[in-house]
Amino acid sequence: MNSYLLSLAIWVPVLGALPVLALGSGRRNMVRWLALAVALAGFAVTLPLYIGFDVHQTGMQYVEQLPWIPRFNLQYMLGVDGISMPFVILNSFITVIVVIAGWDVIEEKQAQYMGAFLIMSGLVNGIFSALDGILFYVFFEASLIPMYIIIGVWGGPNRVYAAIKFFLYTLLGSLLMLVAMIWLFLEAGGSASILDWYRLPIGLTAQILLFIAFMLSFAVKVPMWPVHTWLPDAHVEAPTGGSVVLAAIALKQGAYGFLRFSLPILPDASHYLAPMVITLSLIAVVYIGFVALAQADMKKLVAYSSISHMGFVTLGFFIFNPLGMEGALVQMISHGFVAGAMFLCIGVMYDRMHSRQIADYGGVVNTMPKFAAFFMLFAMANSGLPATSGFVGEFMVVLGAVKFNFWIGFAAATTLILGAAYTLWMYKRVVFGAVANDHVAKLTDINAREFLFLAVLAICVLAMGLYPLPVTEVMHASVDNLLKHVAVSKLP
Amino acid sequence: MDMKNLYLLVPLAPLFGAVLSGLFGKMIGRTGAHVVTVLGVAVSLVASVLIFQDVQAGHHFNGAIYTWLESGGLKLEVGFLIDPLTVMMMLVVTFVSLMVHIYTIGYMADDPGYQRFFSYISLFTFSMLMLVMSNNFVQLFFGWEAVGLVSYLLIGFWYTRPTAIYANLKAFLVNRVGDFGFLLGIALIAAYAGSLDYATVFAKRNELAAMTETVTGWPLITAICICLFIGAMGKSAQVPLHVWLPDSMEGPTPISALIHAATMVTAGIFMVTRMSPLFELSDTALSFVLVIGAITALFMGFLGIIQNDIKRVVAYSTLSQLGYMTVALGASAYSVAVFHLMTHAFFKALLFLGAGSVIMGCHHNQDIRYMGGLRKYMPITWLTSLLGSLALIGFPFFSGFYSKDSIIEAVHASTLWGSGFAYFSVVAGVFITAFYSFRMYFLVFHGKERFSKNHHDHHGNQQDEELSADHHHGLAHGEKPHESPWVVTLPLVLLAIPSVVIGFFTIQPMLFGDWFASAVFVDEAKHPAMAVMSEEFHGAAAMALHGMTSLPFMLAMSGIVLSWFFYLKRPDIPAAIQKAVQPIYTLLENKYYFDKFNEVFFSGGARLLGRSLWKGGDQVVIDGIMVNGSARLVGWFARTVRLLQTGRIYQYAFGMIFGVFALLTLWFNRV
Repeated sequence: MNSYLLSLAIWVPVLGALPVLALGSGRRNMVRWLALAVALAGFAVTLPLYIGFDVHQTGMQYVEQLPWIPRFNLQYMLGVDGISMPFVILNSFITVIVVIAGWDVIEEKQAQYMGAFLIMSGLVNGIFSALDGILFYVFFEASLIPMYIIIGVWGGPNRVYAAIKFFLYTLLGSLLMLVAMIWLFLEAGGSASILDWYRLPIGLTAQILLFIAFMLSFAVKVPMWPVHTWLPDAHVEAPTGGSVVLAAIALKQGAYGFLRFSLPILPDASHYLAPMVITLSLIAVVYIGFVALAQADMKKLVAYSSISHMGFVTLGFFIFNPLGMEGALVQMISHGFVAGAMFLCIGVMYDRMHSRQIADYGGVVNTMPKFAAFFMLFAMANSGLPATSGFVGEFMVVLGAVKFNFWIGFAAATTLILGAAYTLWMYKRVVFGAVANDHVAKLTDINAREFLFLAVLAICVLAMGLYPLPVTEVMHASVDNLLKHVAVSKLP
Repeated sequence: MDMKNLYLLVPLAPLFGAVLSGLFGKMIGRTGAHVVTVLGVAVSLVASVLIFQDVQAGHHFNGAIYTWLESGGLKLEVGFLIDPLTVMMMLVVTFVSLMVHIYTIGYMADDPGYQRFFSYISLFTFSMLMLVMSNNFVQLFFGWEAVGLVSYLLIGFWYTRPTAIYANLKAFLVNRVGDFGFLLGIALIAAYAGSLDYATVFAKRNELAAMTETVTGWPLITAICICLFIGAMGKSAQVPLHVWLPDSMEGPTPISALIHAATMVTAGIFMVTRMSPLFELSDTALSFVLVIGAITALFMGFLGIIQNDIKRVVAYSTLSQLGYMTVALGASAYSVAVFHLMTHAFFKALLFLGAGSVIMGCHHNQDIRYMGGLRKYMPITWLTSLLGSLALIGFPFFSGFYSKDSIIEAVHASTLWGSGFAYFSVVAGVFITAFYSFRMYFLVFHGKERFSKNHHDHHGNQQDEELSADHHHGLAHGEKPHESPWVVTLPLVLLAIPSVVIGFFTIQPMLFGDWFASAVFVDEAKHPAMAVMSEEFHGAAAMALHGMTSLPFMLAMSGIVLSWFFYLKRPDIPAAIQKAVQPIYTLLENKYYFDKFNEVFFSGGARLLGRSLWKGGDQVVIDGIMVNGSARLVGWFARTVRLLQTGRIYQYAFGMIFGVFALLTLWFNRV
């Protein structure tokens, strides 16, 4: 029974999207209720993954294996470990939120909108559970399409530029990954199984080349400095739901790729090139932190803050200690909640004011007190306040980094100041103060639907901040195993 | 009841009140809000008293409530350490908090944010209790940041005021600078001690003392202590991270008393005391602490002299007193620092609440130049404020005398580098304290009534203009001040009692008994201050009598007399002096230019850097040259190549022939 769970996680939303699409946009009410039902079902089938998870097992669980393209020995092989399992659940959870968030706001082509998100949700679950390299690649690339459509169709005025930039950037990145995978496939004697690739001895030069090929793909997705500039554009143009999924899920795919491919397949290159990755990560934390300070557009600001937070993730991976790596994973999950919530908050205001410019706001708290309270919580989480999820990952990574090298920890810890500065300065200009203009004066506070999704995310943020143990518990065995694996040289 | 449940009750009761009045404020109404929060804090106080008795009976506790996180061999727990130091802090926090809760009922009576305010101050009480009750660094950091959050929310409580929301952002960010150091200190401990549990870390202190930081080569223990102390500098407002505290006066007065005088700002003092086993190992760190504290004690006192806003006078006095406590820490007189923390909590909360009462009586005028003679209109406020002021200046037998005199003695006995300067600072500080305290006291309660001058004829700078437009209402012409309602005066009286007597009764057990023996560690061989003092101590009464003949007492008296002469007898003199020493006055007026510097250098610099990285780095270099540049390159290439596709057969044929010819040539000439 257990062994179908991952397939369900992938195909329930994908197949469920078909009737949603078939309904067409004429019947709005049916469309959205059906979409919600599918999203909830998709979320429900992922919960047993956590409940039935064996925290002591280091290998893959819930493994499914079927021949896919026998001629090339490609397998439909799925499985999750403590590293990937949380992301399947997170992704399915965020899909529910996104469906609720798009309830009233999307007026045109709602069936297609919901359908795109549902399909993407399934494909992303595929990314996190594929154990066959080529299968991973297919999911990885396929998930670009719904996002491309979401930005291109429901996006803002400059959506076409942003959509193409997003698509080309990420596609170009992944082409070299395909080359690398084919090389590995041949080297492994015609096996695309990732687990086989883990056991493959590879020379240092080859490892470095492969590492760079993989990294180009993953770094664009994360995104790491300096290949990050597609993200602010994509965020600004994307509809709220698109931004939420981009921040909460899409960025995690790149980071996940490092853990699934780069580190275990290429341990020597990983160590060899770690200083470079660490440097890029710190640039992301510090440089992007300053850039975020200068933003006048709220979405851009949060987009830059995402890049800065993802810098913590890549930093945590490449200092090779359990605190850093688990901290990075916690940060990824937390960022899913917090950045998602931040974009939803901006969406709530945008729906009313049709502006994302900080300068157009001021004194929102006077007219939207409930909203202001939620926004405060998420802003604090974004600044890494203890008792929110945002603190846990940053704290662990800083602890790990100081252990690794004091100055790296020092640079990383500047986020404590920068993160608070850009987030709270924005909050001050948008929410605090006297009512700035007539538009703000006419604002109405959040409705029940908005209250619902903000409250659910608020609970997640607080719960994970107050009691992160259940999240990290499932990661230990896999992270320890991975670190042990990376510590062993694969040079022939 | 099981003691562990009682420990839990202490922080959770206020939290419960906070949640109730915060989330369901509309439902339970204004009365409901203050009832639940006052009850919550009262329960907490009673529980603290019970725990105090239990601790006196010798029962300490150090244990976990739940495991927060486990990673990389580090087990991080939420847990309590109940020992004499903790329980003393619990009593101070819950008692002052209860007084402030009651006082708030009167002070905030007309405010639309009534429930929200009660929710915040109860949340603060919870956070502060979590901080002091912690048995590990993670929870300490949680409490540390949580009190910072509530402070942020409360300074910006009147969120429509530009000055308030400027001040709260500033407070949060300056504190974050401190927390940056604090976090690095904690990370160093985690890295080298492999634990964040106090007891485990302290047990490894000798190992830590022998280590050096591997990357930087610093002596580890000094690095740890200085990092931790940077955190304390933020929270306890030591120079140069003090700049947020005067501005925090934008918040309502009850929280100025509770958070920005009595409790939160002393968190740094508490923390260093808690870490005494570590600080004792590094003379360098202790000297650093000593000098920073001395600078704060002396130079912030000067600023108190020229302030005209009643709350700012008290705020600068708080800064200066925090400096005194820090000096005591540096002199290894941790118990003296905590002793002063306690007495200061009472008399400073009293002074702030008294100031609040005065502000209410004068209809929200805060400028002491437009008060005077309030003694007869507000007798209770007057008398309690007088008692508070006497305690503050260290008048013999008052609580402040015992703690402050002990600090001076301790610094005198210290042999560390910088102790000479520190001794000078704390002694000179006595005179300054007396001078500015009684300047305010005389201007407010004595002399001519100057109420009517209040309107629109003063206010030099822009900031004051905004304030006056917003909340400096003042008395209307001919209107008289009035005494505040009992909910306001009762806390004043209840705080005045300990302000007067608590020093007399507790100095012996707290400083020279073994009350703190289990909580505070002093290496007496290296840092003999406490031992020296203990030899010279012959009881509280003797100390007070001896104090009457000492230099600090003379200085304090001359401070009072001088302020009386300047501000009551000959009000023309201060103005003349001000003219005579204009440059110094300007320096003080601008608060030594710390704010200007921060604004231009840090705030402006960061924004400039952000903008240039964004415009220059992201937009020009990365997007302009690399991304769109490569798109342009592809476009240019395509356009160029397109020129070859002419559609003319003879050109293609020519190209083919030329190509074949070239290939054949290469083929036959290959080596």
